[in-house]
Amino acid sequence: MTLKFATTLKSTLSLSAGIVALSLSGAQAQEPLKIGVVAVLTGPAAALGQQVRDGFQLAVDKNGGKLGGVPVQITVIDDELKPDVAVGKVRSFVEGGKVDFVVGPVFSNILGAIAKPVLDSGAFLISPNAGPSTLAGKGCHQNFFVTSYQNDQVHEVLGKYAQDQGYKKAYIIAPNYQAGKDSLAGFKNHFKGEVIDEVYVPLSSLDFSAELAKIASAKPDVVFAFLPGGLGVNFVKQWSQAGLQGKIPFLSAFTVDESTLPAQQDAAVGLFGGMTWAPNMDNPQSKKFVADYEAAFKIVPGSYAMQAYDAALLIDSAVKAAGGTGDKDKLRAAIKKADFTSLRGKFKFNTNGYPIQDFYLVKVAKRPDGKFQTEIAQKVFTDYADPHAKDCALK
Amino acid sequence: MTTGLLIVQILNGLQFGILLFLVAAGLTLVFGVMDFINLAHGVQYMLGAYLAVTFVSLTGSFVLGLVLALAAALAFGLALEFLVFRHLYERDHLDQVLATFGLILLLNQGVKIIWGAAPLSVPLPEFLSGNVPLLDGILYPTYRFALIGAGLGVALLLWFVVDRTRTGMLLRAGASNAPMVSALGVDIRKLFMIVFAFGTMLAGFAGAMAAPILSVEPGMGDTVLILAFVVIVIGGIGSIRGAFVAALIVGLVDTLGRSFMNDLLRLFMSAPSARATGAALSSMLIYLLMAVVLFVRPEGLLPSRGRT
Repeated sequence: MTLKFATTLKSTLSLSAGIVALSLSGAQAQEPLKIGVVAVLTGPAAALGQQVRDGFQLAVDKNGGKLGGVPVQITVIDDELKPDVAVGKVRSFVEGGKVDFVVGPVFSNILGAIAKPVLDSGAFLISPNAGPSTLAGKGCHQNFFVTSYQNDQVHEVLGKYAQDQGYKKAYIIAPNYQAGKDSLAGFKNHFKGEVIDEVYVPLSSLDFSAELAKIASAKPDVVFAFLPGGLGVNFVKQWSQAGLQGKIPFLSAFTVDESTLPAQQDAAVGLFGGMTWAPNMDNPQSKKFVADYEAAFKIVPGSYAMQAYDAALLIDSAVKAAGGTGDKDKLRAAIKKADFTSLRGKFKFNTNGYPIQDFYLVKVAKRPDGKFQTEIAQKVFTDYADPHAKDCALK
Repeated sequence: MTTGLLIVQILNGLQFGILLFLVAAGLTLVFGVMDFINLAHGVQYMLGAYLAVTFVSLTGSFVLGLVLALAAALAFGLALEFLVFRHLYERDHLDQVLATFGLILLLNQGVKIIWGAAPLSVPLPEFLSGNVPLLDGILYPTYRFALIGAGLGVALLLWFVVDRTRTGMLLRAGASNAPMVSALGVDIRKLFMIVFAFGTMLAGFAGAMAAPILSVEPGMGDTVLILAFVVIVIGGIGSIRGAFVAALIVGLVDTLGRSFMNDLLRLFMSAPSARATGAALSSMLIYLLMAVVLFVRPEGLLPSRGRT
């Protein structure tokens, strides 16, 4: 029994962890575009990876299975949010040099692991979410592009807003790891008031009663939180239950977004975040995207899906302009032009392959149909470029 | 730091301890009575939370949903026992660890296929959604008091069943010498099956009770499982009383550490280094505590009487 059980277990595992290839081209005479989509599809962060995969797939489907007029062959790779696993799978995928584009991943630590094997193979790497500073400055690469933002910028949006509002005392909280420290540093770049407490909690925190009691007793003017995923769900629910919702302004990064709102629901209404886009963005292409995405996947898309969709549009425009993928230099020049209609409206690339774009304060709202989404509250930065680009040698 | 805040934080610590006890109770019961290492206890907790999500939204009532979720968790426990666990009782701990670890992978993936990867939640029951003003203008959620009540209720129930009933007597006898109890004509297999299913239900109950305050997501049981093991190791494996006392101690140490470690360290060092050290130290505290207990009293604070 144990043996049999173990065998079943093993086959289930290899099935779930394996690489699922989806061929969309069928029997075509034309050589298809070979694209790998790297995203986390197992573990608690899988909801984000699914948005990236689905957003990209949606754009391809809406384009009749083609990008730039060329049929597309997409291979979805689950990085499992483990750098070693990601490197292994990605390396075996790009070996042989036949891959045109790798789109992914969600998390910066995975990007750090897969960037070298992908770029060494000659493929273009397009990140639909992760935007670490390491690849924006000295470490920039001519074949690396980002359709999201440079990570620091999102946290800066809230720091700038808190400063503009004239808040004097801030309580700031983040998980105790590198990204948490970067986040609070990003907030403090623009916020010049007093930080009355800077709190780092373990990534596995469940109960925030202790922190909430301290906040209630310290009565700060504003709270800034970077508590991604389940941490944010726990914190926001308990924040509301402790009667703090609506009493103290709550600014956050990656804490209230479309991936967590289905769980936070009413507890999150009125809380603020920072982003380059929100599902209520007022332009026809974004409205159509949100409607299509909701029809296909029954959930409100977040920025993850939007950025992956834009990545597909970017590839579409570049392949079309360069007349295929044969001439890499021509293709690169076409990508740099970013000649596509982004879902967020304005979009252009800086010299380091990161975008120059607008950033908004977004606010959580309940829609008439009972679903929850973030909505644009006000513009905080216009045509904002990251400060690392000056260290990048590319022109 | 004021006396008021200290009192509130002590209450927070006790409340977190009770939550940990809810999770650890079933684990220590199965461990103590059946000498069975059940790593799948965490995913059973997760399943309880997911069942609560489904049944609460189906019935529209928290209490009704909770009862249905418990019934479903019990049924699931019986099925698991029949399919997997009864084939492992006679095997050594390593086999049990391997098989139940497999269950973790299987169930984490399973709930993702059924309920999706995105976090879900259970709304607070209407009659418990308010809060009570405490000192310092701090509001305390009513639901947390309900949680404390539920934990104390489970503790009382377990004490009564194990210490005061005939079934409990057989359980204790089975824990110290299963073959002898079997030789006396007691169907020990049936007894184990009941204990195991009951343990699963307790895990499910903890998950369902935690669902309104925590994110319901795949893998949510894994962090809790580690804390539950810390609790039962400190309390003494198999001992319900030990688990109760240890859970309260762990809850208090963790909460007070998180609240006041920074302020304490700031007396000796600069603010930034106090912050860094404080964050690191307060998240280590309960593991340090466990190490000290293991060194001083390897059998735990209140080891169960049937063992050692």
